[in-house]
Amino acid sequence: MDILVLSRLQFALTTVFHFFFVPLSVGLAIAVAIMQTLYYVKKQEIYKDMARFWGKIFVLSFVVGVVTGIIQEFQFGMNWSEYSRFVGDIFGVPLAIEALLAFFIESTFIGLWIFGWNKFRKGVHLSFIWLVAIGSTLSAFWILAANSFMQQPGGYVIENGRAILNNFSYLFTNPYLWLQFPHMWFGALLTAGCLIAGLSALKLLQNKDTAFFKKSFNFSLVLILVGGILVSGVGHTQTQRLLNIQPMKFAAMEALYENSEDPASLAIIAGIDEANQKRSWDLSLRYLLSLLSFNSTSGAVDGMHTVNQQFEQEYGPGDYYPPVTTMFWSFRIMTAGAAALLLLGAIGAFLSRKKLLEKNRWYLYAMGLPSRFLSF
Amino acid sequence: MNLQELWFVLIAVLFIGFFFLEGFDFGVGMATRLITKSRAERDQLVRTIGPFWDGNEVWLLTAGGAIFAAFPHWYATLFSGYYIPLVIVLLALIIRGVSFEFRNKMITEKGRNVWDWGLFIGSLLPPFLLGVLFTSMVKGMPIDANMNMYAGFLDYISLYSIVGGVAVTLLCLLHGLNFISLRTLGDVRERATALSKKLYLLLYAGLAAFALLTFLYTDFFKVRPVVIVAILALIVIASIIAHYSVSRKKEAVSFALSGLTLCLVVVLLFSGLFPRVMVSSLDPAYNMTIYASSSSQYTLGLMTKVAVIILPFVLAYQIWSYYVFRQRVTRTIDAAE
Repeated sequence: MDILVLSRLQFALTTVFHFFFVPLSVGLAIAVAIMQTLYYVKKQEIYKDMARFWGKIFVLSFVVGVVTGIIQEFQFGMNWSEYSRFVGDIFGVPLAIEALLAFFIESTFIGLWIFGWNKFRKGVHLSFIWLVAIGSTLSAFWILAANSFMQQPGGYVIENGRAILNNFSYLFTNPYLWLQFPHMWFGALLTAGCLIAGLSALKLLQNKDTAFFKKSFNFSLVLILVGGILVSGVGHTQTQRLLNIQPMKFAAMEALYENSEDPASLAIIAGIDEANQKRSWDLSLRYLLSLLSFNSTSGAVDGMHTVNQQFEQEYGPGDYYPPVTTMFWSFRIMTAGAAALLLLGAIGAFLSRKKLLEKNRWYLYAMGLPSRFLSF
Repeated sequence: MNLQELWFVLIAVLFIGFFFLEGFDFGVGMATRLITKSRAERDQLVRTIGPFWDGNEVWLLTAGGAIFAAFPHWYATLFSGYYIPLVIVLLALIIRGVSFEFRNKMITEKGRNVWDWGLFIGSLLPPFLLGVLFTSMVKGMPIDANMNMYAGFLDYISLYSIVGGVAVTLLCLLHGLNFISLRTLGDVRERATALSKKLYLLLYAGLAAFALLTFLYTDFFKVRPVVIVAILALIVIASIIAHYSVSRKKEAVSFALSGLTLCLVVVLLFSGLFPRVMVSSLDPAYNMTIYASSSSQYTLGLMTKVAVIILPFVLAYQIWSYYVFRQRVTRTIDAAE
């Protein structure tokens, strides 16, 4: 393995590990803030207990997210210094704003929130957790602004071999950002909902604090259903956008080497032979890819061979094929995971309404711990 | 003052904020192994920084982000050139950060001890390595014409950088001890004061060595003799008054002055460096200056507006958070907490 591969692996590892905690923290901050608001409005102790209990888990996740996040900010310079030189004029801006605007707020007010339960008036203390929630949402916004610039660049010129920013507002009005950010944010709600639901289900199985965990479970269902439905909707739109701005990524996600037929069929699963650049077998549904791509029963999608030819004309000869197997399967695991979680949430809502929750132990097992790891 | 100069100053200000604030919470982390006799006392020390350490650490992150945005070449050369030390700093900060949460959540005594040691080591390594980093950086590192640094072990580690690392660590420890004296009640307060008093004698030796080695290893005294001598004098005066205040139990004064000493060290390093950001040991022509390393005027102007608008708010609410938790921390958690 050469240095480049190792660096990419390192970036993937540190980012994925960091990202176990980030959506969880963003979502749990919102969840705990809502719980504490319910306590403030309804004045029932159980909401305070919920805010404190789930708040502890939130703080754990938050701390790990913070310290693994420092790596993220440093490793652009440590491993990708040439990239940093090339794009620092633009890329550094959202990172610095993220630190100034978001990190300071969240990390200062989380201290006030943790240590301030008996020190402040209820309303003031409530405002702290909301500031933490807003801070963590803002930090997600600005780091995704940096990432969206990489996905769909704009507002810059190339001067002396470096990218130079000439339109700041592009960074936060980037149309891709306004799909990616809500996708992440609703995904965060779904993740937090699944964690609360999963742990509550485990506790219900043990018959511990049934009233508390039933209430928590019902609360989490709202997050799962709202987050799950909206993340799917936004995700669908975001994927359609890729068709225009990143046709190669889109084709790779579908493992389409040749152009599709018209109407295009979607491979539910497929064997991918990357060495010979073809699918060895697939299980496909007719019309589905046209339907998903164009909201229509007709329309063909360009395959990677076609896109590669276009890229060669535009950027010069080269091999522009991404790692197809990884993209094909990670995309499917993500969408199937979201669908499964949404289904579990819907069943949970049904059982909870019918007051059958504790009797269905199989359901509680299914909702238990593994659910948390599926959502991202 | 042009924008490059302004941002050089702003980045110095961010490091000053970092060393003043995180300096004492590094020091408190080290003190948990030096002046405590029980778990309850260690908990007491941790509670003095509990609400603050995370907000303090953001100053380092912001300094990193600001270097990236304002001086991308400095960011690229510095961070890739100091790869190994920075990896260790990052790992130490990770262990330290999670230990604040994990040390109380362990079921066994052994588990709690592991994370207590994590807190100690995680508080000791970063100031030492950042001290090594900054001193070796001002001494000069092998940076070539393409702004790439290919350094070996002896470039990072010299007598000067070791003394620099120890000096920064010692200053953080003293700052932390003075913070403990100011913020606690009971035995730890007395022990912190007593240790601080002794360590100032060591600091004088360290500062003398540091000043001498700065003269031998850097061109600081050639570049701006008056300023450098003046700052060194201020550092010594601040240390002496701080030492005197520790003996007289003027805790607020000694804390403010140990913080000031750390700030002055940052000022010293940045003044000697200006207008360079990195010194090349290969050829002075390869020295990286603020002008050749900076972002465009558009980005610098934009970031100036952002910083001028946001930083006052940050300072205001961070100062407020210290104000509301100004009550001294006791060994047992009192009812009000």
